[in-house]
Amino acid sequence: MKYVLMFVQTEQYVADLAALDDAERERAYGRVRQWFADNTDKIKSHMYLMPPHTATTLRLGRGEPVVTDGPFVEGKEVISGFTEIDVADLDEALRLAKSWPGCPLVEIRPVAG
Amino acid sequence: MSRMSRMSAAATEKELARVVREHAGRLAASLVGLIGDFSAAEDLVQDAVEAALQHWPTEGIPSNPDGWLYTVARRRGLDVLRRNARHRDKLAMAAWPPRPENDDRLRLIFTCCHPALPRSAQIALTLRVVCGLTTAQIAKAFLIPETTVAQRITRAKRKISDAGIPYRVPDADEWGARLTEVLTVVYLLFNEAYLPSTADPAQSRDLAEDADFLATLLSGLMPTEPEVLGLLALIRLHRARAAARFTERGEIIQLPDQDRSRWDHDAIAEATRLIARAAGYRKPGPYQLQAAIVAVHAEAPSFAETDWEQIVLLYTMLDGLSPSPVTRLHRAVALRYAVSPEAALSEVDALAEALDGYHLWHATRAELLRDLGRGDEAREADERALKLTENPAEQSLLRQRISWT
Repeated sequence: MKYVLMFVQTEQYVADLAALDDAERERAYGRVRQWFADNTDKIKSHMYLMPPHTATTLRLGRGEPVVTDGPFVEGKEVISGFTEIDVADLDEALRLAKSWPGCPLVEIRPVAG
Repeated sequence: MSRMSRMSAAATEKELARVVREHAGRLAASLVGLIGDFSAAEDLVQDAVEAALQHWPTEGIPSNPDGWLYTVARRRGLDVLRRNARHRDKLAMAAWPPRPENDDRLRLIFTCCHPALPRSAQIALTLRVVCGLTTAQIAKAFLIPETTVAQRITRAKRKISDAGIPYRVPDADEWGARLTEVLTVVYLLFNEAYLPSTADPAQSRDLAEDADFLATLLSGLMPTEPEVLGLLALIRLHRARAAARFTERGEIIQLPDQDRSRWDHDAIAEATRLIARAAGYRKPGPYQLQAAIVAVHAEAPSFAETDWEQIVLLYTMLDGLSPSPVTRLHRAVALRYAVSPEAALSEVDALAEALDGYHLWHATRAELLRDLGRGDEAREADERALKLTENPAEQSLLRQRISWT
C-alpha cells in the first residue's frame, strides 16, 4: 500500500534546531540523511518545502480568485515535507514513521486509488 | 417444552448473551479469514446475531448455536455479496466448520483495538465484533444514541479498510504497546460496568460479564502474559464483591460498612491464585498491583483488620510504575489508617492542583476534614464533590453526608 508521510514542524522544533551549534546541527541533518539511506527500498519520492513565510494561498470559487500571503491555515504546526512510501500496511508505515529522527509530528495518509 | 420457556426473562437474556458471546467472535474470525474482508464479514455476523435475538427467545436456543449462526450468516452473505463475486465464491465453497482447529479471535481483538482507531470506536467495535453485542445493546449500555454507535462502527470499519490497518497480531517489537491498548479497552469497559457514570444501573446491560469474558478469553489466548492475568484477577475480585456494594435501592455501601459474608470468597480465593500465578513471571505491572491491592482488602476479615501498610506499599509501587495523582489520592486514603488523618490530609492537599476537577478528591478531603473536627470545611468539600459527579448513587451518598453534618 502507498502512503504519504507528511512531516510537520513545530515552532519549538525550529527554535531548538536554531539553538544548536553548527556541529550538532550537522549531526541532526546526518541522522535524517541516514534515515533516508536506510529506507530507500520503501521510499518512492521525497520533497522538502521552503518555510511557511514563502507560502501564498489562493482562494477560488467565490468570484475573483483571492490571493493572500501565508499558508491556508495559520498555526504553530506547519508541513515541511512529504515522503511517499510503499509498504505492506499501516503497521509497517507506523514503524517507519516511528524511526523518523527529524521533526516531532508525522501525519500518515494512504494514497487514494 | 423448550429450554427457554422455563426460564425467567432475566435468565433468558443472560443465557442468550452468553451463547452469543461464545460464538459470535469465533464466527467473525472465521468469516474474516474466509472472505478476507473484515467489514463485510462483520456485517454478516451482526445480521446473524440480530436474527438469533429475534428467533431464539421464542423458538429456543438451538442445540448447535454456532452452526445456526453460520448458516444464517452464509445465506445472507451469498445474497448481499452478489456484487462481489470474489467474496461470494469463497463463501459458497466453504464448508462448515470453516476453521475448527484454531481460535483466531486474537487477531480480531488486536484489530478492533488498533491505536489508529479512536478509543470510543475501539470499545464499540470490540463489544460488537468480539462479544457479539448489537449496536442497539451497545447504545443502551453507554446511554448514547444508537445512531452515534452505528456511526462510530461504520467509521472505524472504513478506516480499517481504507487506511490499511492489518488483520493480524502485532510483531514482537510492538507487542507490549499493543497489548496495553487491548487491556485498556477491556479495563475501561469494565469500569463503565462497575460504576456506570450516569443513570440507572438496572437499565443497562451488565458489561461486567463482557469484560470478564474478554479478560478470560485473553488469558486463554495469551497464558504467559502476567498483566492479562492481573486484569482478569482485578475484574474477578471486583465482581466477587459486587453484591455487597449497593443497597436494594441502588445506594452505595462503602467498604467499611459492607457485609463481608456476602462476598464470594471462593471467587476471591481463585482470583488470588491468578495473582500468584502472574507474580511467578516476575514482571509486575499496573493491573497486577491493582489486583493485589483489591486482594488485600478482599482477604481482610474486617475493615479494621485490613493490612493498611501493605496497601500503602502497593500504591507506592503502582505510583512508581505509572505515576498518577489519582493513585497518590488512593495512597493517601490508606495512609489515613496506616498513619494518621493528618498525614493523609497533607498528602491530599498536595494534589490540589492536579485533582481540583475530580469529585473523589473533594469527597476524600471532606472525610479527612471531618475526622479532624473541621466540619464546616468538610461540608464545603462535599458540596464541591456533589457538583462534580453525575452518578446518581454517588450524588445521593454525598447529599446524605452534607445533611448529616
